Amino acid sequence: MSKGIWVFAENNDGKVRKVTLEILSEARKIADQIGEEVAAVLLGKGVANLADTLGEYGADKVYLAEDEKLASYTTDAYTTVIARLIAEHQPTAFLVGNTAIGKDLAPRVAQRVKTGLASDCVGIKLEGNQLVFVRPIYAGKAFTEAIFADARPVMATIRPNVLPLAEPARGRKAEVAKVDVQLDASSLRTLIKEVIKQASGRPELTEANIIVSGGRGMKGPENFKILEELADVIGAAVGASRAAVDAGWREQKFQVGQTGKTVSPTLYIACGISGAIQHLAGMGSSKVIVAINKDPEANIFKVADYGIVGDLFEVVPVLTQEFKKMLAS
Amino acid sequence: MNIVVCVKQTFDTEAKIVLDANGQISSQGVNLIMNPYDEYAVEEALRIKEKQGSGEVIVVGMGGGPKSQDALRQALAMGADRAILLTDAAFEGSDEYAAANALAKAISGVQYDLILAGWRAIDDGSAQVASRLAEILGIPQVTVVTRLELAGGKATAYREIDGGVEVVEVSLPAVITVQKGINEPRYPSLQGIMKARKKELKQLSAQDLGIDTNLVGKSGARVQPRKFYLPPAKAGAKIVPGEAPEAAARLAQLLRSEAKVV
Repeated sequence: MSKGIWVFAENNDGKVRKVTLEILSEARKIADQIGEEVAAVLLGKGVANLADTLGEYGADKVYLAEDEKLASYTTDAYTTVIARLIAEHQPTAFLVGNTAIGKDLAPRVAQRVKTGLASDCVGIKLEGNQLVFVRPIYAGKAFTEAIFADARPVMATIRPNVLPLAEPARGRKAEVAKVDVQLDASSLRTLIKEVIKQASGRPELTEANIIVSGGRGMKGPENFKILEELADVIGAAVGASRAAVDAGWREQKFQVGQTGKTVSPTLYIACGISGAIQHLAGMGSSKVIVAINKDPEANIFKVADYGIVGDLFEVVPVLTQEFKKMLAS
Repeated sequence: MNIVVCVKQTFDTEAKIVLDANGQISSQGVNLIMNPYDEYAVEEALRIKEKQGSGEVIVVGMGGGPKSQDALRQALAMGADRAILLTDAAFEGSDEYAAANALAKAISGVQYDLILAGWRAIDDGSAQVASRLAEILGIPQVTVVTRLELAGGKATAYREIDGGVEVVEVSLPAVITVQKGINEPRYPSLQGIMKARKKELKQLSAQDLGIDTNLVGKSGARVQPRKFYLPPAKAGAKIVPGEAPEAAARLAQLLRSEAKVV
């Protein structure tokens, strides 16, 4: 019957991504309850050393596919290798992080192996031997529980930051199974011409533990500097509301909301954001929400845990100084 | 160049979600719009056509009910040439797999060089159908694209990746999904709206498509939503009192010692 819970081992810059470790942690718990093995699917070039980390976070087995053609992610190469592995071993489940790569890869793999996919899940429940996936719809204005018919594997992409990271079992080893990679160059139909890195030194919005966000109340692009200063003290990412993006103050990729990123950080600090329903949809599942706004009637206070009714230009710099002192001591 | 654009009708972003007596998402009183990401796709298709001075833009959608044509009509009013609406009780209850099967069948009957779609729909947010469509049609995909250039039967697409932008070259035909920022969609002109009324909007049933009904709708679906629920209501913010400096200092303390998040 069961052939294991598989996790896509996304990696960059020689490290396994945190969301992969979060999924592995959860997969381990589930696998123990239903008596299955956990396997990580690791693709790349020169990535074999990552198998140790995958083992420590719960993988019993690592399918290792190394090839020059897998050095960078491409839809065709990764889909081909993974779909072949799935066809050969028929796992029960295949779980992928809901990252830029995961979002591109998972639907293509799901279609090739003719199975379903629950996207951007924020929880996994085990009922009997069945996996049930909790996922937001309408960008978090509502939730649904997705269940699979007979098709296997069940597939899901899991949002970063929602599953708890387990303590790694130091020295726990995974068995490494090398995959024979055979990729015909003509089957790879996209060519990466260039990668333009836009490193801000701050965490990725969707993976950040803390997000400091600004809205219309920021009054202009130059004022985001005070949010950046706060963010850098507490290791946060800087987000923006649609109003701020549409005004041209921040780039679209920093937009939080129904037509931007949906985020679930531990702490979300909303500065000068009124709380339009489409913004609340994108950040409502944050664990702790702080609102700083001049208008005591602003909608944002209804979803916030803590609020300051006041001028953000007075509040934020003090907050930055306080955290600086606090974290230095 | 002929361009197919997949268009979905969704709830307005301002819509509040409520459940009906059966626990389903209620569409009562909800304003319906074209999925905003699909609007970018329609706009991009029109710009390509205008630049090249030839070709056809065909918009394809799925849905039922009296308003199901509205998003397609809007695309026609923006300037698309013709529309296809897949509408049949047999399509109801489709998941992304079943929807892609139906759309692929319809699109395979069209001459196309490029397929565009929004990178995701703002309702189910699953961002799957376009990739699945590419797989069924056997063509490559480039997703979440913020800039697109076409030349010599090839597309150069700038796609958003974590921490940057990837420039990808792909041969056509291909499926390209677009992200906000790629363009600023036009509003339909009055003349456009008048013209749209006379443009072809072909409605196709499962039988018209000649598709096996086991591949579509509920019977084709691999995943089903078991139930819907709303996020728990919050009690409202604990307002930290005092003038800005002291309130800020207190807030920092609370986040550290009470909420334990910093």
